[in-house]
Amino acid sequence: MAESETIAAPTPAHEAQMQASLIDYLLYLGDSNLILSHRLSEWCGHGPVLEEDIALTNIALDLIGQARLLLACAGEMEGQGRTEDTLAYKRDVTEFRNLLLVEEPNGDFAVTITRQFLFSAWGYELFSWLTHSKDAGLAAIAAKSLKEVTYHRRHAGEWMIRLGDGTAESKTRVQAALDDLWIFTDEMFQGLPSDAALIDAGIIPDPDSLRPGWDAMVDRVLVEAMLSKPAPDFRRDGGRLGRHSEALGFILADMQFLPRAYPDASW
Amino acid sequence: MNSAPDIDRISQPAAHVRALLEDVTDPEIPVLTIGDLGIVRDVTLDEAGAVTVTITPTYSGCPAMTVIEVAIRDRLMRAGFEAISVKTVLAPAWTTDWLSDAGRTKLEAYGIAPPVGSAGGRGALFSDDPVVRCPKCGAGETEKISEFGSTACKAHYRCRACDEPFDYFKCL
Repeated sequence: MAESETIAAPTPAHEAQMQASLIDYLLYLGDSNLILSHRLSEWCGHGPVLEEDIALTNIALDLIGQARLLLACAGEMEGQGRTEDTLAYKRDVTEFRNLLLVEEPNGDFAVTITRQFLFSAWGYELFSWLTHSKDAGLAAIAAKSLKEVTYHRRHAGEWMIRLGDGTAESKTRVQAALDDLWIFTDEMFQGLPSDAALIDAGIIPDPDSLRPGWDAMVDRVLVEAMLSKPAPDFRRDGGRLGRHSEALGFILADMQFLPRAYPDASW
Repeated sequence: MNSAPDIDRISQPAAHVRALLEDVTDPEIPVLTIGDLGIVRDVTLDEAGAVTVTITPTYSGCPAMTVIEVAIRDRLMRAGFEAISVKTVLAPAWTTDWLSDAGRTKLEAYGIAPPVGSAGGRGALFSDDPVVRCPKCGAGETEKISEFGSTACKAHYRCRACDEPFDYFKCL
């Protein structure tokens, strides 16, 4: 921009676009938490040991709490009467904005804990940044979420090390989990064109800026767990554009059945 | 039941309401009042006597918060208030640093080890966690069995001195 130009005040159209982008971003974070929370809830009663049954379901509870806050924030900002419940239970697959990583099936415990570690390590970097977001509502949600995600990351990271540096079987399983899930990790550091204005306004981080911190944590844990870092030449993405795997359809069928079958029911 | 006999409802309305709220306890840990937990952030009344209680959630997904909100309304209704509003604020984020000293003592007497040290910085893996004393026998030789206990806010521990298991209220 030439030095003689003055910066114009944002037009109403520009503000509306920024708000639409922010709502979409809130759905991205909220949906990622919601779907992962649902996946973790599938472990209830099936955990390999009682302590992990409880741990995974407690993490699911933290995540659904964060999802509620994020979705409620999006609904309020949209101002069209959609609540956290409407957003969670009445949207279909192509309207969901979650990372593809979180809709992957639970697999065995190694897959679940690897998924949790990769996701929570990202959540830690993301929420650390967002506590300084220029949007006060998002910053407040981030401050709370960061405290909880710190424990999730620690729990999952310690398990990666126990499994990687464990028995021959645990090592085989966790390496296989890592090899399978790695193709979903790049998506965490991608953005959409609509993010640019939000990044400039200091509301959200440049997603790629979260990578160094994530890499440092993941590398440290993989070294201690004696696991090799995968290097696939293929990656999966598209979640933020509503392009999901067939898994999400089954998740929503399960998760949304009750409110859709009994739309007038209330607690 | 505490009926706030020493705080005059007319001259000190907010203090009167806070005293009434001392009857509202955590549904999971009934020895702790919401005042002990530090979740009551503000109490205001307008000229018409409508009261607004502002609370802040502990953990994002804590299911007790809905019960606590209902309990606040119930307590104030039974004290004669008609216009009651309970608001939730997220900032500043709740921290275990806001647990009262009385609350910590009550937790220990109840058999739950209170948070050790101040909140913050629990990110390091296999880090040197502070020593958690057994609430039953007082010994320091305790070990963590699981990061997550009966509720999200508690971890599960075991005492190697007296062999008893116990919950530890985690720093947040």
